[in-house]
Amino acid sequence: MDVRSQIAMVFHLDKCIGCHTCSIACKNIWTDRKGAEYMWWNNVETKPGTGYPSKWEDQEIYKGGWEKKNGKVTLKGAGKRRGLINIFYNPNLPVIDDYYEPFTYKYLDLIESPAGDDQPTARPVSLITGKPIDIKMGPNWDDDLSGTPDFARNDPNLKNISPEEQEVMFQLEKMAMFYLPRICNHCLNPACVASCPSGAIYKRGEDGVVLINQEVCRAWRMCVTACPYKKSYYNWYTGKSEKCILCYPRIEAGLAPACMHSCVGRIRYLGVLLYDADKIESAVHGDDKYLIKNQLDLILDPFDPKVIRAAKMNGVADSTIHAAQFSPVYKFVKEWGLALPLHPEFRTLPMLFYVPPLLPVMAAVKKVDNKEQQGKMDPIAKKWDDHWLYDTSTAELWGTLDQIRFPLKYIASLFSAGDEEIIKYTWKKLMAVRIHRRRITVGDVSNEKADATLKDAGLTAGLADAIYTLTSLPKFEERFVIPAAHREQAIEMLDFTGDTKGETGFGIKGKVKRGI
Amino acid sequence: MDTLNDFFLIALPYIALAVFLVGSIYRYTYKGFQFSSLSSQFLEGRKLFYGSVPFHWGVLFIFTGHLVAFLIPRGILAWNSQPLRLMILEISAFIFGISMLIGLINLFIRRYTTPRLKFVTNKMDFVIYMLLILQTITGLWIAYNFRWGSSWFSTLLVPYLHSIFKLQPDISAVSLLPWTVKLHIVGAFTIIGIIPFSRLVHFLVPPFNYMWRPYQQVRWNWGRRKVRSPRTPWSLQRPKNT
Repeated sequence: MDVRSQIAMVFHLDKCIGCHTCSIACKNIWTDRKGAEYMWWNNVETKPGTGYPSKWEDQEIYKGGWEKKNGKVTLKGAGKRRGLINIFYNPNLPVIDDYYEPFTYKYLDLIESPAGDDQPTARPVSLITGKPIDIKMGPNWDDDLSGTPDFARNDPNLKNISPEEQEVMFQLEKMAMFYLPRICNHCLNPACVASCPSGAIYKRGEDGVVLINQEVCRAWRMCVTACPYKKSYYNWYTGKSEKCILCYPRIEAGLAPACMHSCVGRIRYLGVLLYDADKIESAVHGDDKYLIKNQLDLILDPFDPKVIRAAKMNGVADSTIHAAQFSPVYKFVKEWGLALPLHPEFRTLPMLFYVPPLLPVMAAVKKVDNKEQQGKMDPIAKKWDDHWLYDTSTAELWGTLDQIRFPLKYIASLFSAGDEEIIKYTWKKLMAVRIHRRRITVGDVSNEKADATLKDAGLTAGLADAIYTLTSLPKFEERFVIPAAHREQAIEMLDFTGDTKGETGFGIKGKVKRGI
Repeated sequence: MDTLNDFFLIALPYIALAVFLVGSIYRYTYKGFQFSSLSSQFLEGRKLFYGSVPFHWGVLFIFTGHLVAFLIPRGILAWNSQPLRLMILEISAFIFGISMLIGLINLFIRRYTTPRLKFVTNKMDFVIYMLLILQTITGLWIAYNFRWGSSWFSTLLVPYLHSIFKLQPDISAVSLLPWTVKLHIVGAFTIIGIIPFSRLVHFLVPPFNYMWRPYQQVRWNWGRRKVRSPRTPWSLQRPKNT
């Protein structure tokens, strides 16, 4: 057992309101620079939609991630042979138009243009060439555009959904959407690290953050292709690749990453997971059906004395083990089984987990006879021929699961590599918690019914309350359990203070010598 | 004439080699961030194929050929002892040279006709293009007109290059060669001297290491097992990066 620690994340999608505050916080701190304008280390997508860069999930186009062929797992579009042969020209590299050409507006024209008959306008100009451009695409161009032909209908996740089912999905009455915020997953089997010819990308041992050494990157640009989530970006100005650094300077100082700290919906959780690095290889090579199960098997119980002993032997700090025991991520992912990795079929073992949105289930619509209702209305009231109604009843416990707005296949293709049972199981739990809470706060659910729901979902009242508390009422320090970075050990390892007694020690070192 | 020969065939090589060595080491050590191939594929990804691929494979073959002849001239002569093998070497080298020239011209046209690329192009790029195009053209010219280059390079020029590296420059034979050959020599040393000031530095850091390193890389800030072990002595050199 090779126990290591990883800073992992959970995004609770039902709480995401799609406000892009996370993206802006990140942009302001890290990517507000020349060459990085187009990069969104954190971005928020509307699903169904094509995302950013356009159709990133379609690996037939972008050739990202790992693929299993004849029992061997190899990089789809990079790797030692392919990467070195294609080093002079990478045939699978997305270009800037796949993202969008960064732009700004000539705001000064509004103030400085001479008096005239026309209202001055601020024309958009390219941030690359400085010339006026017609904006064709932006980082969140698909925002709230579910159902539109350009975006939602081109969603790569619709691949396995029949045209008839898609038609139903995009009917105005049934249409639904949800938001998918994405950052780097800081994977356990990162494709970007594996693809980097110059070895500039590495995973930090202490906390699992994946970083690119800017001094070693030589712009061979294989990581951009290899990352299936397209979260490694090429800076066209500096000639270096960049990616989300999980705000490691903030984490080392005990602060939450900027995107998480600023999250308005408080959807984000961050904490330590202890995992067994010996099992990574078998998890990566595992069968398609067991991808999620294998990934969850990697994660170890931080309360198990054996695990603690192995962790200590391996140099995991006590404070890290302690943080792992209080980790909200461990609870969501392992203890409660509510959070799932995004696209596990890419086989990178992402360490960012999502609680799938209940919205398409809870707000399912059903056809009703509304004649009686309309008869009661005022004769001059506007009447519309609408037979669809939101179903908020609790008459049937799992009824809505079968008449959900999206085909289950859609959510399953996002979060479970197509396994619908896992999604159903997760949704049942989430619904059971709500029904349980409804019994307590609203009181229109009978005790027998609520208990039966809990039992059916494999929960107890106590567990359901714990899930409810961490979901709805968590304090800041419950959402972000950040272990100490132990910089003091890093300082100690340089010098023993006894040996350097009487020397200067502030930033520089040397014997104290009086000048003449 | 003698002073000119002395300058271009003795002084220039030494200046170029010194600048190349000192400049490259300095830039690698202190300006690591500026060590990059500065790929522009991200801004223009279609025309690049017809430039970058023929140029790079061409230059790879041609450079290796010159290097092999420099290192083992006798091997080349032995290979060339049969006319068929000589023809194979000369013709394939000429084809790679043509490919290099086509690639360079395509790259040049691409860089100066694509509006976006103007903003990632500097003056040094123009100098490099000019030097490389000139060098390729003189190389092809020499290969076509003075046959067979691979043989007389090994007998005439390699001793001269060796004499430079032995610090006993001997230009008695080289100074009698036609001016196009001298131009090719001067061009070569100029390119070497210019490497540390241009994007050509990326050829000094080819990612050979990738072939034998494991795919995944994990780095530790401190020797995690040793630092916690009570047996580790408390010394000046604490375990690090193990």
